[in-house]
Amino acid sequence: MRPLAAILVRDMRIAVRVGGGALMGVLFFLVVVTLVPFALGPDLALLKRIGPAILWLAALLASLLALDRLFAADHDDGSLDLILMGRAPLEIVVAAKGLAHWLTTTLPLVIAAPLIGLFLNLDAPAAGALVLTLLVGTPALTFIGLIGAAIAVTLRRGGLLLAVLVLPLTVPVLIFGVAAANAAVVGPIPFGTPFTILCALTLASLVVGPFAAAAALRQEME
Amino acid sequence: MRLSATDLACRRGGRDVFAGVSFSVASGESLTIRGRNGAGKSSLLRMVVGLVRVAGGRLALEGGDPELTVGEQAHYLGHLDALKPALSVEENLRFWSAFLGTIVSDLSEPLRAVGLDALADLPAAYLSAGQRRRLSIARLLAVKRPLWLLDEPTSTLDAAAQTRLGEIMHAHLAGGGIILAATHSALPFENARELRLDRSSPSPLVGEGRGAGSRGDAQPSTQLLTTPTRNPSPQEGGEQKAT
Repeated sequence: MRPLAAILVRDMRIAVRVGGGALMGVLFFLVVVTLVPFALGPDLALLKRIGPAILWLAALLASLLALDRLFAADHDDGSLDLILMGRAPLEIVVAAKGLAHWLTTTLPLVIAAPLIGLFLNLDAPAAGALVLTLLVGTPALTFIGLIGAAIAVTLRRGGLLLAVLVLPLTVPVLIFGVAAANAAVVGPIPFGTPFTILCALTLASLVVGPFAAAAALRQEME
Repeated sequence: MRLSATDLACRRGGRDVFAGVSFSVASGESLTIRGRNGAGKSSLLRMVVGLVRVAGGRLALEGGDPELTVGEQAHYLGHLDALKPALSVEENLRFWSAFLGTIVSDLSEPLRAVGLDALADLPAAYLSAGQRRRLSIARLLAVKRPLWLLDEPTSTLDAAAQTRLGEIMHAHLAGGGIILAATHSALPFENARELRLDRSSPSPLVGEGRGAGSRGDAQPSTQLLTTPTRNPSPQEGGEQKAT
């Protein structure tokens, strides 16, 4: 366990230091959501109806923002060689890096979501449901994104490829995340049905993501 | 403990880098790998630790822990220093010693050995190239591993630091360790054995660097006829062991 705790602590420390990406996610999220009322006009009913979808889309883009450097930075400075040589299983190391990324980049965004939701005329119950869906759904985005980050590791312009590869894979998470949030706001379907499927998607991606990303990293070192 | 390689071959990007390389190094011995640029010195080191696939031949570490791979019992000091600029000198070293599997309560000892103890709290971003190198050498001291693979260990080090590295390497060998070093410059060893990787493929760049030993075999006439560097025949490669 010690190597994994070391990775987790190191990545979180780097993220919150100067030049790290910890607050970039929240700021990007804030900017995107703020732009929407300017584009659509002050139609409060419309904003309330599409609010959860906007917040989910912004969270999706923000959580992919810093992901392209996740393995590329370790590759560029030689750390990845030592990690691949190490005794710790690569799959678990990858999962630890994913967890560190989620804790520093995405969790602040989830916490800030109710506040930012005010821009979109979200009332308290709706904001609560939204936070719950984001809390459960965003780990799936990060762990699916790990696969793209691992594939893009040796590429200079990996960020764009990452988005092209990963965004289609996140469609189910987006559908059920927004459906659950909408169910809580406007109905008519019960909140539980899409929310349970969202939980299942997250659990599946927590398992599949690290294995696929580790396989991609091993392949690329050749 | 003995690291032995028999008829190792390396293929990268569809090109034969070397073939038929054999060597055997026992505890307390060192092997210096020499060769022109592109002869496969770094590839050989990376192959030993498992970062490059073995295309042919056999590689074995006798007397090591049978549960672990060769790479898991080795330290690899590559071209890159594996340091995070945002972390301090001590944090970088603490991370690697924790990741590589040792609880080290006092890191000042390895830091003092490389002369960085006064800079322990400085972010690694402010270190010079030589200081970065010394910090990655401190990793080898913080975590005990029997096999050291050093790729150009003396590059960017000043004269005093090179001498210090020589002492560190001597101490490692005296403690029963094994060192494989790929280098162009002279290492401070009296009885170091050498492995030459550049017997095959007479290179047009043969005058460059310190590849003087290979020059006798290169046939200048063939270079006029064709470019023999494209297809070095694998049979001619390697099988070198000198003392």
